Amino acid sequence: MRDIFTLSLIASTIRLATPLVFAALGGLFSERSGVINIALEGKMLAGAFTAAAVTHAAETSLGLGTASPWVGLLAGMLAGLLIAVIYAVSCIKFKADQVVSGAAINILMIGMPGFLSGAFFLSSGSTPQIPKDHLLPQSPFVVAIAIVVLVAAIWYVVYKTPFGLRLRSVGENPEAADAAGVSVSKIRYWGVLLAGMLAGIGGAYLSIGQSSLFTRNMTAGRGFIALAALIFGKWKPVPTLLACLLFGFTEAVSIQMQGVIKLSSGEDIPVQFIQMVPYVLTIVVLAGFIGSSRPPRALGIPYQKEK
Amino acid sequence: MNLRNLWITNLNMPKLARDLLFPLIAVVAAFIVGGILILLVGDNPFHAYGLLLGSALSWPDGIGYTLFQATPLIFTGLAVLVGFRCGLFNIGAEGQLYVAAFATAWVGITFANLTPWFLIPMCFAAAILSGAFWAAIPGVLKARFGSHEVINTIMLNFIAVALVSYFTQYHYKTPGDPIMQTVPIGAGAHIARLGKFLPGFPERIPVNIAFLLALLCCFLVYVFLWRTKWGYEIRATGSNPFAAEYGGISIRKQIVLAMSVSGALAGMVGINEVLGYHYRYYDGFSDNYGYTGIAVALLGRNHPVGVILAALLFAALQHGGIYVDGFSEHVTKDIVQVLQGIIILFVAAEAFFKWLLGRKAGMQRLRA
Amino acid sequence: MLELRQITKRFGDVLANDHVDIAVKPGTIHAIVGENGAGKSTAMRIAYGFYTADSGEIVVDGQVRDIKSPHDAIALGIGMVHQHFMLVETMTVAENIILGAEPGTELALDLKSAAAQIRQLSEEFKLAVNPNEPIEHLSVGQQQRVELLKALYRHARLLILDEPTAVLTPLEVEEFFVILRRMREQGKTVIIITHKLSEVLAISDEVTVMRDGKVVGRVQTKDTNAAELARLMVGREVLLRVEKSDPKVGQTELEVKNLSVTDSSGAKRINDVSFEVRRGEIVGIAGVEGNGQTELIETLAGLVDPARITGHINFEGKDLKSLGARVRRELGIAHIPEDRHRRGLILDFSLAENSILGVHYRPPIAALAGGIILDENAVQRRAAEIIQGFDVRPPNAALPARALSGGNQQKLIIGREYHVAPKLLLVSQPTRGVDIGAIEFIHRQLVSLRDNGCAILLVSAELEEVTSLSDRLLVIHEGRIAGEVDPKLATLEEIGLLMTRGH
Repeated sequence: MRDIFTLSLIASTIRLATPLVFAALGGLFSERSGVINIALEGKMLAGAFTAAAVTHAAETSLGLGTASPWVGLLAGMLAGLLIAVIYAVSCIKFKADQVVSGAAINILMIGMPGFLSGAFFLSSGSTPQIPKDHLLPQSPFVVAIAIVVLVAAIWYVVYKTPFGLRLRSVGENPEAADAAGVSVSKIRYWGVLLAGMLAGIGGAYLSIGQSSLFTRNMTAGRGFIALAALIFGKWKPVPTLLACLLFGFTEAVSIQMQGVIKLSSGEDIPVQFIQMVPYVLTIVVLAGFIGSSRPPRALGIPYQKEK
Repeated sequence: MNLRNLWITNLNMPKLARDLLFPLIAVVAAFIVGGILILLVGDNPFHAYGLLLGSALSWPDGIGYTLFQATPLIFTGLAVLVGFRCGLFNIGAEGQLYVAAFATAWVGITFANLTPWFLIPMCFAAAILSGAFWAAIPGVLKARFGSHEVINTIMLNFIAVALVSYFTQYHYKTPGDPIMQTVPIGAGAHIARLGKFLPGFPERIPVNIAFLLALLCCFLVYVFLWRTKWGYEIRATGSNPFAAEYGGISIRKQIVLAMSVSGALAGMVGINEVLGYHYRYYDGFSDNYGYTGIAVALLGRNHPVGVILAALLFAALQHGGIYVDGFSEHVTKDIVQVLQGIIILFVAAEAFFKWLLGRKAGMQRLRA
Repeated sequence: MLELRQITKRFGDVLANDHVDIAVKPGTIHAIVGENGAGKSTAMRIAYGFYTADSGEIVVDGQVRDIKSPHDAIALGIGMVHQHFMLVETMTVAENIILGAEPGTELALDLKSAAAQIRQLSEEFKLAVNPNEPIEHLSVGQQQRVELLKALYRHARLLILDEPTAVLTPLEVEEFFVILRRMREQGKTVIIITHKLSEVLAISDEVTVMRDGKVVGRVQTKDTNAAELARLMVGREVLLRVEKSDPKVGQTELEVKNLSVTDSSGAKRINDVSFEVRRGEIVGIAGVEGNGQTELIETLAGLVDPARITGHINFEGKDLKSLGARVRRELGIAHIPEDRHRRGLILDFSLAENSILGVHYRPPIAALAGGIILDENAVQRRAAEIIQGFDVRPPNAALPARALSGGNQQKLIIGREYHVAPKLLLVSQPTRGVDIGAIEFIHRQLVSLRDNGCAILLVSAELEEVTSLSDRLLVIHEGRIAGEVDPKLATLEEIGLLMTRGH
């Protein structure tokens, strides 16, 4: 068992956790404002596809060279934002059921990349390969710094700024926030839009960081793992980061082991069981077996005045 | 409640008309948005939609395959419907149908030598009970610990997929087979395709007895929810749990019951897939049936008749997607998924249309 | 300071405010009185921007203002303390007070200067609280202080207080009035919404009286008295007497011994309560709302987790404690709940479906296919009997319960509960939000049920209602029985004293 904790495993844990960290922390903004975010998956897909497509376009048509992945990253973020705008308008303005709208976004985004790549790249759902030197930095060291800075910034915003105070109050007791003169819908718009941008970045890192092209449904449920990490991290920035690292680790292990882990006792653990770990842990935590994880009180409830 | 909402509730429209109107508007609106997208990628939307919908009407293949594709969607649509009526959101039909399909295949493989008279009922029971069991887990978790069924069903979907893929890969695959599928089930477990009874309808089209079972289930779900005491209790719980509790109804029991019934319905997808089509468990067979079931239930306004209509629509689209892929220049079958997403989005934000209609009415009033 | 002109507001079919005019002079304490549902809170919520009026205008300091949200109201110097406090329980006092009006920049929350400002304000107005305490650890009285500080922190010049004394003990009320007078001295204007006339007379300068959504009187406090205000409020001479004969009391049906109930946070809501209810009598429970009445009735009806209950509940000699609501109903206990929308009805169900709630699972309702399928004829028959017998209007069993007025919804519930011919009836706030005609009807029905030998336990916040209906009257205060009085002999003062002061 000891030989699995190698340096390369740590490096790949960080790399694999990165998209999760961005998406989960994005989800934190949204859920802390009271809007459930099962649409993280769709937003990541939007980010991943757009980033890959734009990076490709930037390097081939525009000749931007090493700047192309950054243009792609920006585009991925904006794609996440665009999806978030649709989601926000339907959930906040039209008070649609948040889970239903989220599911709709996910279904839409399973199809959309294929639809667009079929039209633009004449392929069935994937974008052209991007050369290695036109990808986002993959050095675990650089990525780790980016993650730490991000988490610190989000922690500060949530706990130390007026916006954070309003965000938390809107998710806990929107009526009280309204009575205090806070615009509930404005804060919720911000929460959902920030979530879209961060999830878009997370998706972008998936396609132009971890890999070098977009492939059909490449998130493969990472949006839901990010959601799981957010719940596992009790909707708090630092614990959520740790949860993402844990889930990134399980993924790293299952990739590294290519099938089975041989225990010293000679038994095998098939990779499928390692893949299940994040999901099982989330269920266990949600049931209150390991400390309790209490969601924001107004999570999932559209705010309605004059009821 | 604002004035616009009042206006629409004041419409002297029979309930049935309103139940038909909004889904219809949502579908039409989605097709318009989809048409714009098709235009943007440089194709003719009428041509694409012609392929998409037209192919579903051809005899026998178009109609046959549409009915075949509709079968799992009716089951999952009903599954989501039963959950909704109890105030539960079962996003887990996908996982439930995987577990159930594998369990069905397991019975079909393990007891391969039994006569159909024993084997088929056993396989049916396996599908129904395993689906119910997998759905009962989030039900119990909610009833016992109050944890949200949406999150738990999502998590259980991934667990289900990993679990059945493990069993397929390590225990039930033909050694050396590169495809992730189990060995075939016994011939005694096969159920008849409709071509066997319908003259002129070829047996190669896989629509089978399970389609009739799906229609029967629509009727049974209607009777269950609206005519039995259990259905009354489930609907009461979904509509107002506090009043249900006051009326001596155990909310916890209803949650577990509704989830189990929901899972049983989702599980019956396994009958169609394993006993009527592939005759084995084929890993990853589901074309997002569980998630599409959400769209089916919503578009069908959580009524069994609506579920049939919505399932037929989505099945026709899914079938037509293949033709779009083959015969149009730019548009791919992904347009189907895109349309589905937009339809649910519009159905979910019904208030959007009320708002649009209300604004128009308001403007008319201003002009008058 | 504040003037509402011709304010009209409709909620569905209910006209909550009908051309309401209210004028409040600066530097005064202005009381708005009226019964439950008279439209007082609606008018004030409109002034605070929580609701928007359908028509009419709001004038602040002589200028017509468009108040679309609380944010606008706050900017105009209006603050409001709601009946149900608007506080985020998981956050601290300071965080709640500054929320929406945070000191410092957008980039940095200045909690230090906030705490200093809060301390200064609490000294100025003698509102002692610890800024760093989370709200969930505070008593109700302290939470109210936080709400006042919240308004003062936003430089409110006009404070609207919605039923501020409902949750306070008499001693706290005294302190509270001192605070209000201090505010008036400092030049603030105060509007106090209440239905307690003694408080109106004690604290206010001017009074506006509302009834059925309309303003029915404007008087100077010094020129009026309780009788006049009461007459204006009710619209007739206050003489609520229910015709009833002496009770023919039979055996004990319900015996409660040393009953205690804790809530989910572990606080005792019912504390060592003992009493009994016999056949043919109405036992009333009087008390200020929130003193354990809700918990008592829900506990007896089987709607409280048995793990939170200690003591004994005996019904005809059987211990009920571990039995669920369904079994209790089968034993002959019926329940008219205090909140008909939350507990009593399924608003989206038809009247017919609502009429079988609680008996839906047994014959004659669930009678077909071995007791599984509902007998539609039996359902319709039952619904028709209830609708006719209790004059539910409109008499259409296919309508959803949502479509009925409050009074008719209540009649439907009462009809349903009477239909089972209960041995014990638990009744809570039977006439809340019900029109006068229906009130008399409901009272007569309760008395006739008693005369037929039913044991009735009645909880009502309307003191007159409990005193005139009850044969025996218990007074509850902070979860304890503060005393038992004979409703025929006791004066309202006597009962009021028990209600507010306990032993």
